[in-house]
Amino acid sequence: MRATVYRGPYKLRVEEKDIPAIEHPNDVIVRVTLAAICGSDLHLYHGLMPDTRIGHTFGHEFIGVVDQVGPSVQNLQVGDRVMVPFNIFCGTCWFCARGLYSNCHNVNPNATAVGGIYGYSHTTGGYDGGQAEYVRVPFADVGPVRIPDWMSDEDAVLLTDAVPTGYFGAQLGEIVEGDVVVVFGAGIVGLVAARSAWLMGAGRVIVVDHLEYRLQMARTWASAETFNFVEYDDIVVEMKKTTGHLGADVAIDAVGAEADGSLLQHLTGVKFKLQGGSPIALNWAIDSVRKGGTVSVVGAYGPIPNMVKFGDALNKGLTLRMNQTPVKRQWPRLFEHVRNGHLTPSELVTHRFPLEHVVEGYHVFSAKLDGCIKPLVVPGAA
Amino acid sequence: MAYTPHKPPLPETTEQLRARIPYWGVDLDPADRPSVPKLQWQEDLSGAHWGETPDQQPEKQPRERSIEHAAVTPVFGTAQPLHGLSGAIRRYAYTRYSEARVGHWLLLVLGDRVEAWGAHLRSFATLRPDNPITQTGVLAEAGAHPIRSRYGVRRTDTVHQPLDPVLVAGPWVAAATVTWLGVRRLARAVRG
Repeated sequence: MRATVYRGPYKLRVEEKDIPAIEHPNDVIVRVTLAAICGSDLHLYHGLMPDTRIGHTFGHEFIGVVDQVGPSVQNLQVGDRVMVPFNIFCGTCWFCARGLYSNCHNVNPNATAVGGIYGYSHTTGGYDGGQAEYVRVPFADVGPVRIPDWMSDEDAVLLTDAVPTGYFGAQLGEIVEGDVVVVFGAGIVGLVAARSAWLMGAGRVIVVDHLEYRLQMARTWASAETFNFVEYDDIVVEMKKTTGHLGADVAIDAVGAEADGSLLQHLTGVKFKLQGGSPIALNWAIDSVRKGGTVSVVGAYGPIPNMVKFGDALNKGLTLRMNQTPVKRQWPRLFEHVRNGHLTPSELVTHRFPLEHVVEGYHVFSAKLDGCIKPLVVPGAA
Repeated sequence: MAYTPHKPPLPETTEQLRARIPYWGVDLDPADRPSVPKLQWQEDLSGAHWGETPDQQPEKQPRERSIEHAAVTPVFGTAQPLHGLSGAIRRYAYTRYSEARVGHWLLLVLGDRVEAWGAHLRSFATLRPDNPITQTGVLAEAGAHPIRSRYGVRRTDTVHQPLDPVLVAGPWVAAATVTWLGVRRLARAVRG
């Protein structure tokens, strides 16, 4: 099969690999019909995630058709069109039994501090991902579901991570009616978080980024006020000024490890890998929220320690809430929101790359060229 | 100016927000939000039908694991098993240090770099050597409005983007220089 493979920091290529095999009785093999590149894939691409091995296939956002089933699989059949949550989870460990699917304890021997994720290094279990023609899907009776007939492929693939994660970011903020919500990052996760904040009754939604084309989308698609932090000497002071010097009720970090805004943090966190990413957005969230407020973190960071302003968080009495999203737990409500038009994810797709050109897709997305917000990867396309 | 018990007024009333944003407040009630409360017993175990213990995936070769785990988990990835010097470094990181120790992660990063260099060198003995031009995707620049996307649009990452080619090409240039100097010295030594 054709598959994206990692060749070292900033380097990928597409090559022939063996079609994955059934390794466990509850595995299925899925023929991928559509995948996406996630902002967190850029952390791998840039060499930020420890134990990312040469030959690894990235991709944790994908949908496809069941091609082979293991002997204990009961809920899926060959030919089923399925969407697969980015979390690999068993359903029966202490965490899964209580709904913490993203924290499953039975799928990642390499670490206890993170669950299992497709195509996301050996630190998350060593599973090849879906930017390929085929992918192994463990615990097939637990994770994947058949895609509803009414749902488009593009909406379905965005529901495997980006949309649930954006919504989850707003949800972790525990928004109450009239809250002022500041979202750092106007990528797809931040845009969905901003729109979801309205769903939860926010009184004001502000989005901060430095990419004007993304802020434009925040104004139109997410109906938000926007601030381009490049225009201000200190974005935290601006957030204080615009909230009567109180601070926002809720701040959401929808950026994670690749954040810009402080050259020192970016160089140490991203370029030279001395931190588990650059926590600029997180520090801005901590300093922009009011005392007693809530900071929600859905931007992804690596396991190496970061320079986070924890003293401010303590002294302000903040509630810090965060997790990888338990995608399947979010789905029933999000399916309703997509079906009735409250969320329209596919409007955020800006680029579609054939699998053979996935390397170009990574570069365009990483360098933020050509108005790129969300690139998809299409196996089998010319 | 003294701060008061009141929150500054919002720019729009609830009625105005409802009129402007048709989906405003549809999940106002936390009961409508998924994953609330965080810990909630899942009666159906999400479709699992194997009681409380899933089958164990066969371990075809010794699988590295975090020492914070009691044993290798019932399911695990089999992609890219450990091999060679990088594999020895990584295995040491797993067996010696828990995830709580920075040494664990730094050794894994070292293993990553050692493996990458070995892979680059081995690729030169194949029909498809590594190519920092095609593998970085920079050829996409031509069709992606590289100037218009970067300049005159008040974005801040253009300050450090020029470092990317240095980070990618720097080690290649350094290796080529060292190789050339070595070959030259060897040639001079052979000539006497």
